[in-house]
Amino acid sequence: MPPFDFAPIRLTLELAAITTALLLLVCIPFAWWLSRAPARIRLPLHALVSMPLVLPPSVLGFYLLLAFSPAYGPGRFLKDHFDVSLAFSFPGLVIGSLLFSLPFMMNPLVAGFDALPKSLAEASYVLGKSRWQTLLRVSLPNLKPALLSGTVLAFAHTMGEFGVVLMIGGKIPGVTKVASIAIFDEVESLRFASAHYYALILFVLSFAILITLFAVNRNRFKPF
Amino acid sequence: MIRLSLRKKLHSARGDMDLDVDMDIAAGEFVSLFGPSGAGKTTVLRMLAGLAKPDSGRIEVSGETWYDSAAGIDLPPQRRRAGLVFQDYALFPNMTVRGNLEFALKDTRAKSRVDEILEATHLGQLAARRPDTLSGGQKQRVALARALVSDPGILLLDEPLSALDPEMRLRLQDEIASMQKRFGLATLLVSHDLGEIFRLSARVRCLEEGKIGRQGPPGQVFGGGRLSNKIRLSGVVLEIKTADVLRVLSILIANEVVRVTALPRDIEGIGVGDKVFLAAKAFNPMVFKAEAGGDRVVLQAGGSDPKD
Repeated sequence: MPPFDFAPIRLTLELAAITTALLLLVCIPFAWWLSRAPARIRLPLHALVSMPLVLPPSVLGFYLLLAFSPAYGPGRFLKDHFDVSLAFSFPGLVIGSLLFSLPFMMNPLVAGFDALPKSLAEASYVLGKSRWQTLLRVSLPNLKPALLSGTVLAFAHTMGEFGVVLMIGGKIPGVTKVASIAIFDEVESLRFASAHYYALILFVLSFAILITLFAVNRNRFKPF
Repeated sequence: MIRLSLRKKLHSARGDMDLDVDMDIAAGEFVSLFGPSGAGKTTVLRMLAGLAKPDSGRIEVSGETWYDSAAGIDLPPQRRRAGLVFQDYALFPNMTVRGNLEFALKDTRAKSRVDEILEATHLGQLAARRPDTLSGGQKQRVALARALVSDPGILLLDEPLSALDPEMRLRLQDEIASMQKRFGLATLLVSHDLGEIFRLSARVRCLEEGKIGRQGPPGQVFGGGRLSNKIRLSGVVLEIKTADVLRVLSILIANEVVRVTALPRDIEGIGVGDKVFLAAKAFNPMVFKAEAGGDRVVLQAGGSDPKD
């Protein structure tokens, strides 16, 4: 067996887990708000959130790299005030992944909130419950399929990202070298055997995730 | 005592309409709001519950002001104590029947109230079931029970039985009537079903194009008061045909189509789709009990209206 480094796999899973957790925190209130916003706000925002679906990852990566660079406004601000540089760092990767996987979490959640009958939340308000209690006790429990789809899709998509990571993270071992980059790296160095290992692990993980999603949703996707 | 005086501009499919409603409901009284769909009935209920905002007006329930545009008062739905039964029931699919009722408790220690109401509405055996396993009639009962648990100042019923078959309707009408009496709740029913209004309400108000029209006891409002008939049925004209000098009307009464002849001058102004009364004087009706295996004569009425 050729020398095999598990670090890229671990890093990939870490990045995907952190990104998915943060996306859940951000997207639940955002999707809730967006599903009730008037069309003139909703339409452009929804399009903006969905941009990573159609934008080449290298474009997103390029602009993020410029934004992170201490030579320009946002990067300089972070450098001057917090002594933080996001380019070629793990936190930088997390920010890139958040943007890149945003639509995969947002779209199922917005669709889920849209599909909930309005009267459910209204009934909860009339019965004396606040918006927050209504979200936690009525809306979210009835959104399990959407939550599951968003979580699984965002996780799987973050695992597979390549272009953005390469642009803003490079391939620093243990810091930004995730599995998809490692495959590219191994192939470039003609180490096909270890490229196979990484590729197979990603293949099996992705397949297992999708199987889980479909199996669970088969029982869950039922109209009330 | 409940007083409301509400004005709101509505934008409906048929153009703009000014909703202008003034009415009061005595403590424990059952009042119906009758009118065609699109007349603004549901909006009145939603404004009462705080789910829609009037342009101006006042809502006062048992001395509490829920809304007053002049004084800048507008209580949120959470603080209004309105027991609203939604047309689609709006039961929470993730909770059991008992869970739905407990959700409505203001004081979570008062679980005995849930048991009491489960019993009163005959839902005890369904307490552990989830809404998607219930029939339409059962869901309706849960929705009513949930509104009762919240100890409302007024019960608001939005076409509560429109999705049910006629037999279930009759049974639930009785149940609503008995619950309403038992809890002594001032109740506002929105409906376009005459039968429902006759059976349930002491007073009816007609809402037409956003304005309150005729009002009073149902028997009087729906034109029957001035007839000295012995029997009177309400129905809808399905068809008017000409036969020589006469007209033949097909009238739908409950689920039966009745055909009657009339002189053209007697039915002037009556058209297809109109609600009408079919009255007959001085005859002896036969009353049969409908039973499986053939009809059986139970009673031969003496020709007098039992309501007289």
